[in-house]
Amino acid sequence: MSAPAIRVVHSTRSSQVGVAGFIFLFAALAAAPYWAERSDLRLLAEIFTYVALASLWNLLAGYAGLVSVGQQAYVGLGAYILFGLAIFAGVSPLWAIPIAGFASAIVAIPVAVLIFRLRGHYFAIGTWVVAEVFRLLAAQVGPLGGGSGISLPVPIVTAIAETRQMREFLIYWIALALLAIVLGLIVALLRSRYGLALTAIRDNETAALSNGVNVVRSKLVVYVITAAGTAMVGALIFLQKLRISPDTAFSINDWTAFVIFIVVIGGVGRLEGPIIGTIVFFLLRETLADLGAIYLLMLGVVAIAVMLKAPNGLWGFVADRYGWELFPLARRVEPRKE
Amino acid sequence: MEWVNTIVQGVLTGGLYAMFAAGLALIFGVMRLVNIAHGDLIVLAAYVALVVTETLGFNPLISLICVVPIMAVVGYVLQRTILNRTLGDDLLPPLLVTFGLSVIIQNALLEIFTADSRKLNAGPIETASIEILPGVSLGILPLAQFIIAVAVIGLMQMVFYRTAMGRAFRATSDDQPVAQLMGLDNRHIFGLAMALSLAIVAIAGVLLAVRANFDPSIGPARLIFGFEAVIIGGLGSMWGTLAGGIILGVSQAIGAKLDPGWQLLAGHLVFLAILAIRPQGLFPKVQ
Amino acid sequence: MPEPLLDIRALDAFYGDFQALFGVSLSIPAGSVVSFVGANGAGKSTLLKSIAGLMPDKREAIVFDGEPIGDHPAHDVARRGIALVPEGRRLFPSLSVEENLMIGGQLGRPGAWSLARIYELFPVLFERRKVPATALSGGQQQMCAIGRALMSNPRLLMCDEISLGLAPIVVRDIYTRLPQITSTGITLIIVEQDVAQALKAADHVYCLQEGRVVLEGSAGAVTREAVAAAYFGV
Repeated sequence: MSAPAIRVVHSTRSSQVGVAGFIFLFAALAAAPYWAERSDLRLLAEIFTYVALASLWNLLAGYAGLVSVGQQAYVGLGAYILFGLAIFAGVSPLWAIPIAGFASAIVAIPVAVLIFRLRGHYFAIGTWVVAEVFRLLAAQVGPLGGGSGISLPVPIVTAIAETRQMREFLIYWIALALLAIVLGLIVALLRSRYGLALTAIRDNETAALSNGVNVVRSKLVVYVITAAGTAMVGALIFLQKLRISPDTAFSINDWTAFVIFIVVIGGVGRLEGPIIGTIVFFLLRETLADLGAIYLLMLGVVAIAVMLKAPNGLWGFVADRYGWELFPLARRVEPRKE
Repeated sequence: MEWVNTIVQGVLTGGLYAMFAAGLALIFGVMRLVNIAHGDLIVLAAYVALVVTETLGFNPLISLICVVPIMAVVGYVLQRTILNRTLGDDLLPPLLVTFGLSVIIQNALLEIFTADSRKLNAGPIETASIEILPGVSLGILPLAQFIIAVAVIGLMQMVFYRTAMGRAFRATSDDQPVAQLMGLDNRHIFGLAMALSLAIVAIAGVLLAVRANFDPSIGPARLIFGFEAVIIGGLGSMWGTLAGGIILGVSQAIGAKLDPGWQLLAGHLVFLAILAIRPQGLFPKVQ
Repeated sequence: MPEPLLDIRALDAFYGDFQALFGVSLSIPAGSVVSFVGANGAGKSTLLKSIAGLMPDKREAIVFDGEPIGDHPAHDVARRGIALVPEGRRLFPSLSVEENLMIGGQLGRPGAWSLARIYELFPVLFERRKVPATALSGGQQQMCAIGRALMSNPRLLMCDEISLGLAPIVVRDIYTRLPQITSTGITLIIVEQDVAQALKAADHVYCLQEGRVVLEGSAGAVTREAVAAAYFGV
């Protein structure tokens, strides 16, 4: 059989601009320790972790159709595994991050088997129950501080790097690297046949099934990958905080409400959405966070307004109008040049 | 004997959980919507009762006369202005909008009433109890709450299966366009369903406020208890929901007896076990 | 000349970007029995759905009893006295036979039709009134669907493909009862793929093809050949 006379092209002109822009941005950010203030580094690292968390949530909900309000389960799980490994197994916290990701992936499998029995809205609440169970279990673990939590012992902290400055640079670079890995993995997944399957599932599950797509396995793969990614980001977040407790590690506000807000504002189901959304979120936070409860209330109002008026988010609104894409995720068929 | 007492307390608590669940299940049955703000609306009702009792000086249980209509109207308006616009095939909008609503309600209550714990005082009925067996006494208030819960569920069954409004609910949930052909305005029907759901929420909220301390943050836990009761009992069956609530209440009571820190965990684990072994619930209605 | 009960004026209908009806115009006098025939996809059901208010139309495109109702929602159209027996019956599975009939009467419009009278027309419905509606046989379900529509005491009753999926003897049985419906003053629109049956039952027939009216005339005057030609567009 001869090769098909067509080939699939992933990039568009705007995505070429986008990719170039990202490379430039990445270089600038990697050099940030040399030009940015210490507090700016912490802020940037926080931004990276939120973009990563939001991108992962977006992958789960926007592409696999699995809307979870319980991803904080894995943020906390990853963080607790890191603390546990560092304190009791003498594992370097930096290595503990990927191990936490891997271990969480293992945990995610039976969890998925259980909660996949629920559909739609009930699935969402099921994920919340799982997160609650993890939180309550964590509070039972005495050696890790029980209900009040524990701080990372000083010797472990100082063992990470020679100077405090170096340590902070290191954590910053890991945050940036983790974000790059997460985004790269998501792009790779979406460009692959799995990605095509996911888009099909998202558009019409029954049609996808009848075309031979293994819906359950695709969803399971995405769920487990998202869990692993979320856990690694969670481990990093609490490594930076140096202290963990069940309520902070499994906080639905910090790790789900804000993430959902980011994704909704930016645009669900598009990779660019979480990036735009995070920027908007942090702008709002820097200006309004002093208002406390009113700030959260306003976030809720904005999220509802966006969901009702611009369901594709800010990026969706813009992209639909102009056909832009920052990531090379399109699929166009071109004749193969002889 | 202590264990009998524990189980009895669990059963009575289960009645309350079944009421949390009833409003949730009603909405899901009629319009396939799970209201994530459900628990927070229960707490809102408790605070409305607080305001009514403080300004009008009623006994909290009498305040139901005001709280129920207020919440019913809130439900109707909420459905027609916001929630009706989220309904459709896409899962995300109703979920995200009700999640946003949950955040708004919690923080609005926090801003107005602060995070202080409150409780409504229903008077001497709170401490009254009767001894049905040696060593086993039933609090009059929990017993009354249980009876009210059963009555509410019975009333809902009756509305659903013996009234024109119930017929309209079932028809609209079956086939929206054809229901419209019968002259039923979907937007209005859904508004009525939400009004009914929040009327139940109002009762649940007042009972909650009288029974235990409440503050703006306890909403999500109520949602989860209601949800677990629905799943344990089985979708589509109101009496199943009552059974689910009772099982949840008893599980939590037993867990608490073994160790106070295990109360919530015991309930969740029973829920997960049922999900693993019999995902359709214990008494599902075969449609 | 009296105003027609229903006047359709240059009606277009779209499903998204797909146009299903192209400038359809026709008028239906009160008290008549009219039939729309045509092949699958000709637009017959779309036309009925448009009249019933299930599709977005221009206000002036549909005039009922002198009132333009093209853009009115379905529940309002039903209130004014137009009832549709949908294609495929579409009874409510959660309701019993009797409950399906009762919900048809939800509007409480006054008229000759009541539960008792429907049971007279279709006695088998009385026997099986407590049974879930979808447990009935095809023909019985069709009777229930017609009964449900009649319960609203409509002025215009529209029947979409009542012969679909039914044995010929059952279809004939149903059609023999139609005169009992029209005798109460109800105007009837019948959409049928079975042309012979349509010509027998109707006074006037319209043939649709690909969203347009290609033939119309009184049932006595049009020949089977003319209809077949129009039907298939040859």
